[in-house]
Amino acid sequence: MIKAILIFNNHGKPRLIRFYQYFAEDMQQQIIRETFHLVSKRDDNVCNFLEGGSLIGGSDYKLIYRHYATLYFVFCVDSSESELGILDLIQVFVETLDKCFENVCELDLIFHMDKVHYILQEVVMGGMVLETNMNEIVAQVELQNRMEKSEFVFISRM
Amino acid sequence: MALKMVKGSIDRIFDKNLQDLVRGVRSHREDEAKYISSCIDEIKQELKQDNIAVKANAVCKLTYLQMLGYDISWAAFNIVEVMSSSKFTYKRIGYLAASQCFHDGTDVIMLTTNQIRKDLSSPNQYDTGVALTGLSCFVTPDLARDLANDIMTLMSHTKPYIRKKAVLIMYKVFLKYPESLRPAFPRLKEKLDDPDPGVQSAAVNVICELARRNPRNYLSLAPLFFKLMTSSTNNWVLIKIIKLFGALTPLEPRLGKKLIEPLTNLIHSTSAMSLLYECVNTVIAVLISLSSGMPNHSASIQLCVQKLRILIEDSDQNLKYLGLLAMSKILKTHPKSVQSHKDLVLQCLDDKDESIRLRALDLLYGMVSKKNLMEIVKKLMVHVDKAEGTTYRDELLTKIIDICSQSNYQYITNFEWYISILVELTRLEGTRHGHLIASQMLDVAVRVKAIRGFAVVQMATLLDNTTLLAGSGQHKSICEVLYAAAWICGEFSEHLEDPVHTLEAMLRPKVATLPGHIQAIYIQNAAKLFAAVLNGQQGTPDCQTMQESSQLLIDRLPLFVQSADLEVQERASCILQLVKFIQKLQHKEVEVGEEVTALFAGELNPVAPKAQKKVPVPDGLDLDAWINEPPSESESEDEKPVAVFAEEELRHARPHHTEVDEKELARRREARKQEQANNPFYIKASPTSQKGYQDSTGVEHIPVVQIDLSVPLKVPGMSTSDKYLKLEEERRQRERKERGKKEKKKKKKREKRSGMGRRHDSGPESEEDIAPAHMVDIVTEEMPENALSSDDDEKDPNDPYRALDVDLDKPLADSEKLPVRAHRPTNILKSPADDGEVQEVPKEPKKKSKKEKRDKEEERKKSKEEKQRRKHHHEARKGPEGGPPTGEPIQSSYNAELEPALPTAAPVEASDPDFWLSSTLLSSKSQETTEATPGPIPEKAADVGPGSEPENTKSSKHKKKKQKKDKEKEEKKRKKQHGHSGDREGEESVQNGTLEEEPLPPMSNYSLLAENSYVKMVCDIQGNLQNGSQVVVSIIFENKSTSFLKSMEFNVLDSLNSKLQRPEGSGPHDGLTVPFQLPPGVSNEARFIFSVQSIVMPQRLKGTLTFIVKADDSSTHEKLDFKLHFTCSSYLITTPCYSDTFAKLLESADLKGTSVRLQEVSLPFHHLLAKICFHHHFSVVERIDSCASLYSRSIQGHHVCLLVKYAHQTVTIDAKCDESSLLGNVLEEIKKTFSQS
Repeated sequence: MIKAILIFNNHGKPRLIRFYQYFAEDMQQQIIRETFHLVSKRDDNVCNFLEGGSLIGGSDYKLIYRHYATLYFVFCVDSSESELGILDLIQVFVETLDKCFENVCELDLIFHMDKVHYILQEVVMGGMVLETNMNEIVAQVELQNRMEKSEFVFISRM
Repeated sequence: MALKMVKGSIDRIFDKNLQDLVRGVRSHREDEAKYISSCIDEIKQELKQDNIAVKANAVCKLTYLQMLGYDISWAAFNIVEVMSSSKFTYKRIGYLAASQCFHDGTDVIMLTTNQIRKDLSSPNQYDTGVALTGLSCFVTPDLARDLANDIMTLMSHTKPYIRKKAVLIMYKVFLKYPESLRPAFPRLKEKLDDPDPGVQSAAVNVICELARRNPRNYLSLAPLFFKLMTSSTNNWVLIKIIKLFGALTPLEPRLGKKLIEPLTNLIHSTSAMSLLYECVNTVIAVLISLSSGMPNHSASIQLCVQKLRILIEDSDQNLKYLGLLAMSKILKTHPKSVQSHKDLVLQCLDDKDESIRLRALDLLYGMVSKKNLMEIVKKLMVHVDKAEGTTYRDELLTKIIDICSQSNYQYITNFEWYISILVELTRLEGTRHGHLIASQMLDVAVRVKAIRGFAVVQMATLLDNTTLLAGSGQHKSICEVLYAAAWICGEFSEHLEDPVHTLEAMLRPKVATLPGHIQAIYIQNAAKLFAAVLNGQQGTPDCQTMQESSQLLIDRLPLFVQSADLEVQERASCILQLVKFIQKLQHKEVEVGEEVTALFAGELNPVAPKAQKKVPVPDGLDLDAWINEPPSESESEDEKPVAVFAEEELRHARPHHTEVDEKELARRREARKQEQANNPFYIKASPTSQKGYQDSTGVEHIPVVQIDLSVPLKVPGMSTSDKYLKLEEERRQRERKERGKKEKKKKKKREKRSGMGRRHDSGPESEEDIAPAHMVDIVTEEMPENALSSDDDEKDPNDPYRALDVDLDKPLADSEKLPVRAHRPTNILKSPADDGEVQEVPKEPKKKSKKEKRDKEEERKKSKEEKQRRKHHHEARKGPEGGPPTGEPIQSSYNAELEPALPTAAPVEASDPDFWLSSTLLSSKSQETTEATPGPIPEKAADVGPGSEPENTKSSKHKKKKQKKDKEKEEKKRKKQHGHSGDREGEESVQNGTLEEEPLPPMSNYSLLAENSYVKMVCDIQGNLQNGSQVVVSIIFENKSTSFLKSMEFNVLDSLNSKLQRPEGSGPHDGLTVPFQLPPGVSNEARFIFSVQSIVMPQRLKGTLTFIVKADDSSTHEKLDFKLHFTCSSYLITTPCYSDTFAKLLESADLKGTSVRLQEVSLPFHHLLAKICFHHHFSVVERIDSCASLYSRSIQGHHVCLLVKYAHQTVTIDAKCDESSLLGNVLEEIKKTFSQS
């Protein structure tokens, strides 16, 4: 199970947070801060696994992250997930973002947090991996966007 | 163009959209909070408007603000409004916001049930999808209960997109509403075979997640997963399955054996690192589960270790990390094979990556030996000095202690060295583990007698040293060691060189800054020291020291008497008075030393932590029995004079009992002494002999004086552990030289004898050769004599996954259907009739018949598999554009691989796991045993057979026969179990009332139908929930003869009201063929469905069973007549009912009432209830003392309500039902049940 997915930039500013277990808002912020603190002090050439951010719980959990340019993608997962599998999943997610936003950069995430969420929803659902095939994810996202557009045309005609 | 227009129109409507908000926040860096609060005000305004578009926009902005840490729960209701918009765009926004901020405590969630249900059944798949996604984040127990059935229907949706999501969300539903697991599981299992790989993967995902928590319940799925593993090409699925097997193998060693081969093949063939890694992991789990005595698996271990070494040596830090992680798992069972890679692990300790260093530390734990412990710890100590972060340093500290103390200090040869290591560790600033160090010091000092002298000296220096005291303010934890130091100095004060000095050190005013519990220990042990001083000075003419120390105590203690800590205060004032008194005596020149010492006399022995729990209950002692008469219910009864009588009786009874106890105790004491005398680890009572022993070990030769010469930078007066390393080295060399001469001859002989077997003997020195520096006796922790050997690992009662620990193979009971409710207030009496496939009644016979058809199915399966395999090959060749089905991620990744070339594993025999698991064994066994001796096949112990590798060529015929026999036996077993399964259900149905009372007698609804010398028929009749006019009759046929029974035909003479359902095309008088044959002694169950029109009256139907008895040379036709009795109870279906609904039902005028009275019923009330519930399909609504309300419903929807009262062996049943004749008959039947018993 995935317990949380966090995206923040090099300064620790959150760009997307997705908790699959309830935490109050202030706790969420604290988790983000702590995770950022843990992750940011690591070199780029060390391993992508981190044990025991104390806040997000337990020895069973691990932080698995990837660092792309200005952004950190952090997944907090328990032992039922394959570590290397999650690393691949992050890659799939980022590549999907890249496809959907056409050369994604931090600004896309800043201004379209909702869309990033919608894409993530096609990859992970309720803490479990839903789809790992990028083409399938992109197809579903696009179909939904098209639906949204058709509704807008409808609205504007009203 | 259109887009621009849209944008324009939106801008006109909204003041600010999400992008504007983000832009605004970014441009107001300095006063962000202020800006956002103004935005929130705007949003509040927008939410007040009626326009849903405005509201949606506002909610979207709120979602963003939530990410920044603002609480948006106040808008929960508006979020629900947006969720219920008919537009997908807005709905999506609403669900997103809900999924971000709703949780179990959000009260508006209650309002969403119907909206979500509507969305789930929406014709637009994306509405459904969005609802499912949202629900997966905020599902509550209520939502789960109300929507479980809807979601289950979605699992069979036409669109794989929906199926996949519905399958995944089921896991969340199970967690919140565990009752849904059993009814939903069959369908979930079906989804493992879904044509869409995404759905299949989702199902694997869910089942793996479930199985991880309660693996035992999923063992029966092993064959299915095995098949999937050998057929799937999706690495994601494979990884999950292989992980699942890792969780299953510890429970079933036979599974492990089956897995080893395909897994090792995968390891060899795959190029996907992630898959390789998981395979290695599972192979390790298998090897752990198979006990170490499997010589032929050493190759697998070697393979794993070898592959892991490759991972660890990889430049990719991730692989290195995982390699170390997996290595540590092997370490536990096969330390030898890991130890050879010590170089690699030590190298990793120097890695710049902390994660990797931590993992390497873990490994070190298992790599130490007597030989290298000091060396490794020295290396770790260097790391401790270098470490920057406190967390890593703390980790190092705990590891050092773990490594040294593991398995009862097995590897420590020199405890002086260990004590000095501990003392060195106290120099760490800011560590959190002061307590740990302290407990180690205490443990070693108490348990290793020989070291006490040295330890006391070290502790005294610690006490004398003020740095620890000074630091106590900031670094609270480290001063814990003072606790240990003070205690050790006090308790073993006879070893102190200068007790007066230490006493002075313990009473310094600065001590008062320490935490209370430490101060208390200081004071108590100061008193002990004082006693030692008095004792030491006894007999010497000058009593100045004695008086000085008394004065010292009297001077210093008042400070502690004022302490705010109660414990400190109490001890201080107590001891102060004592010392004052002693001082008085001293002035009178009375010798008090001995008396004062007597205060603290006696040895404290270490007691094992579990000792108390393991004290066996003596014979004849009932811990649950009342010591006194149980308190009577009302107080007035207490005052009755009768109580006096009872007490007197007790008094007579008691002394007798204690006498026995005392004798027993004396006997035990004697036995214990005997035992202790024989126990080499137990410190005997004679201290003199102990002393001599110590002297001979030569504690004295340790140069304590040198300590002061250590580097001035370090804390003065402390030894360094390093010198022990050198000393040890020298000592060992000396010993080796001496031994070398002696053993040369011996060795040669031994080598000749054992050949290559003991290679490590030729090494420089073997483990066993290292003798400890001085004899140390580790006192084992005391256990009560004949301690119970129960190692019950208690489960955490709060574990949320415990509720999911249910038996999934048990057939579903009627009460377990998922509630289907349209709307709570109006339709309380849910009619489960419409939950379609949810129903699972005819599960068992299916299974049976499946077995019968196994052979056929096998063939089909095989061909199918082959087809699939061919298909996969095809797809693989087609490459990436071949379509989406293989969820292969991007190149550069760990999963990248075309197709795991899987071995064509042994054919999956059948769905029965036991059979499947034992198939390898059977084949090998059939070689040795003749088929004539069927004998009971041991199910668990079966795999003990030495050569269980399947290797038979000639005896395939034998094998088949054997298997068949086995099948039959299993069936028989199952039959037997089935007979009892009834009572389980019975218990369940009365759960709400009687769980806490004594167990119910076994009950079965199967009643004898007919019997002759060939065959026996027992039957159970149950209403069919799905169809209001159907009754299911389950009949178990048992072959009592020694011949084969075949061509069984079952026929019933239909009546006007009840008809046997026959397959289409057959006439009204044709019999039904029983779908199996019965070998001698075997029984099997078949089900027949009858349609009934009126259910208000009981019915009898005449029928005949015809069959052919086939003996060796002849065969005869036989028949057996029977009468099927449809009771009215069999038309009733156990249906749960809430008490408020029940009350409403009773109030309504539609129900007609009647009552019945049963005399002389001697059953306990809960048995009575259980009987009614079980035999007549009622469920308890409420129970108060000896009065209960019960409810049931007929297949045609009649409500039957009972009020059962029980007093003085008379049962009164008041009943109400909307059909009076039905009620009358049911009551009649209930009456009969009790008159029979």
